[in-house]
Amino acid sequence: MRNWKKALSVTAAMAMAVSALAAPVSVNAADEVFKIGGIGPTTGGAAIYGQAVKNATELAINEVNEAGGINGYQAEFNYQDDENDAEKSVNAYNTLKDWDMDILVGTVTSTPCVAVGNETAADNMFQLTPSGSAVECVVNPNVFRVCFSDPNQGLASAQYIGEHKLASKVAVIYDSSDVYSSGIYQKFAEEAGNQGIEIVAAEAFTADNKADFSVQLQKAKDGGAELIFLPIYYTEASLILAQANSMGMDIQFFGCDGMDGILNVENFDTSLAEGLMLLTPFAADAEDEKTQNFVKAYEEAYGDTPNQFAADAYDAVYAIKAAAEKADVKADMEVSDMCEALKTAMTEITLDGITGEGITWTADGEPSKAPKAVMIQDGAYTAME
Amino acid sequence: MSFLSYLISGVSLGSVYAIIALGYTMVYGIAKMLNFAHGDVIMVGSFVVFSCVSGMGLPPLIAILLSVIVCTTLGIVIEGVAYRPLRNAASPLAVLITAIGVSYLLQNVALLIYGANTKSFTSVIKVPALKLAGGALVITGETMVTILSGIVIMIGLILFIKKTKTGQAMLAVSEDKGAAQLMGINVNRTISITFAIGSALAAIAGVLLCSAYPSLTPYTGAMPGIKAFVAAVFGGIGSIPGAFIGGIFLGILEIFGKAYISSQMADAIVFAVLIVVLVLKPTGILGKNIQEKV
Repeated sequence: MRNWKKALSVTAAMAMAVSALAAPVSVNAADEVFKIGGIGPTTGGAAIYGQAVKNATELAINEVNEAGGINGYQAEFNYQDDENDAEKSVNAYNTLKDWDMDILVGTVTSTPCVAVGNETAADNMFQLTPSGSAVECVVNPNVFRVCFSDPNQGLASAQYIGEHKLASKVAVIYDSSDVYSSGIYQKFAEEAGNQGIEIVAAEAFTADNKADFSVQLQKAKDGGAELIFLPIYYTEASLILAQANSMGMDIQFFGCDGMDGILNVENFDTSLAEGLMLLTPFAADAEDEKTQNFVKAYEEAYGDTPNQFAADAYDAVYAIKAAAEKADVKADMEVSDMCEALKTAMTEITLDGITGEGITWTADGEPSKAPKAVMIQDGAYTAME
Repeated sequence: MSFLSYLISGVSLGSVYAIIALGYTMVYGIAKMLNFAHGDVIMVGSFVVFSCVSGMGLPPLIAILLSVIVCTTLGIVIEGVAYRPLRNAASPLAVLITAIGVSYLLQNVALLIYGANTKSFTSVIKVPALKLAGGALVITGETMVTILSGIVIMIGLILFIKKTKTGQAMLAVSEDKGAAQLMGINVNRTISITFAIGSALAAIAGVLLCSAYPSLTPYTGAMPGIKAFVAAVFGGIGSIPGAFIGGIFLGILEIFGKAYISSQMADAIVFAVLIVVLVLKPTGILGKNIQEKV
């Protein structure tokens, strides 16, 4: 009986699909779906980001599907791990292409994003990265992003520190082997002078030499720094905080979005991060209804408080939905045609997301929105004005 | 004042390299093979301690003991399964490549079990830090314990090799395997014991490494392992005091390079000095001049 019903529904769907081909009638074609791919690290040192993006994208797509899909089409989601490695990321992209992906939400981290961006550009596939913040991530016309660019974060950090008079003498510790970290540092250094900030020590480390930070911290101390700016990922930051503590340093630390996740490091003594400030477009304790709903749904589904990467990914799905509806994109369109339509539509939409109100995009792929600062208090992120 | 503080950092980093280098040089000196998996045995040892202390709440001393047992067993198994069958292979490269293979195997197994998220290692050393000059100079308890353990291990190894029958057998095996066998020495057993000791040292090195630099991932051992290998070459590979001195020297060099030249170039400076040392004295600081048989 059930099989018979299924056969009937398939026949009906086929008939509808055929009629959809014959005449431009917008009907729900059951065998056509938007295939949305995602790439990011779910293992490796940046796993917290990739996992957050995976969860939030899935959450948003489920919500969109329940609410009737995009232009009447359901969306399907397939997420691949890249371990924050450019080569593995391109492999993941090829896997997703074999799966007939229409749109890519990814990749999560900058270095792989640049590599995959060149691949999607060659295929002219629409790509929206939630969190690839390096300038080079969006150089291709088919790539857009939800997060701030690195220079933008460097600029915003310098302005925030300057305007709030947090410190006049600042030391910076950055990863010179990482495009994200050095990108933020360069812009920060440029802007610091305008904000009356003196950089008393600018110390680097590299991916192969990141166990001992005593020299960098000592130089900051000798330079009389009142604040140490850490435009780096939380993994190294957790070591720096521990070493600063054992050196008996009591100093204000200030980070960017890469610092988000430090409270989730397994077995990390979160009291070390007390008072740490970071710039991020999203604070899970924000009062507005959208954020509250998102945080609640995320916590229910994954048992964890979402970070800003999750928020970026959530907004990415809704941005795609908005752009697809604006351009009236159909799931059965060619990848390249879909990309052309979405590219134009992205610059026309305005998104009230959870990482900012009234986000708009330029044709360069850059979003415009205001950053927020949060401070870690009592082991939780607390929003600041 | 900052010079002294850099010196302390250098010695502290160097003491970790030294203790790893002791294990390296031990295995190289006797078995004449570079055990590239040594760094990863360190990582395994650290994970054992991490699981015992943070996961099961065992006292640190028992955790370290367990870790030594696990690593010793691991060392013997690795040697028996991966290295022994290739000991008489036509090319000495075969064993080197296997060692790299074992290194990746250990990393990936750890990745499977523990995942790649960084774990914060709780220091098992409860010695209070020594504060000098009104708190401007801080020597951490970890540094003191690491240096002390390094010296104790170094002296212990020298005595072991000089005074015990097994130690003498090791010396004989390192000189000439064939002749040693003719003299009634069980070469396989001797090399197994060497690996057992080397791996036990790796377990201790792991605990000290992660106590001093409290971050643990499956890749934690890889880079310190390579640095310690450099330290062993610096000091004269095969020489036990050489490994210790090489380690300390390398640590100080790295920190001074960072402090006075460029923090980005620390590794480049270290390796440049290595090249200079090897050009001037190819056998390393304390290395013996032995003619290599080809």
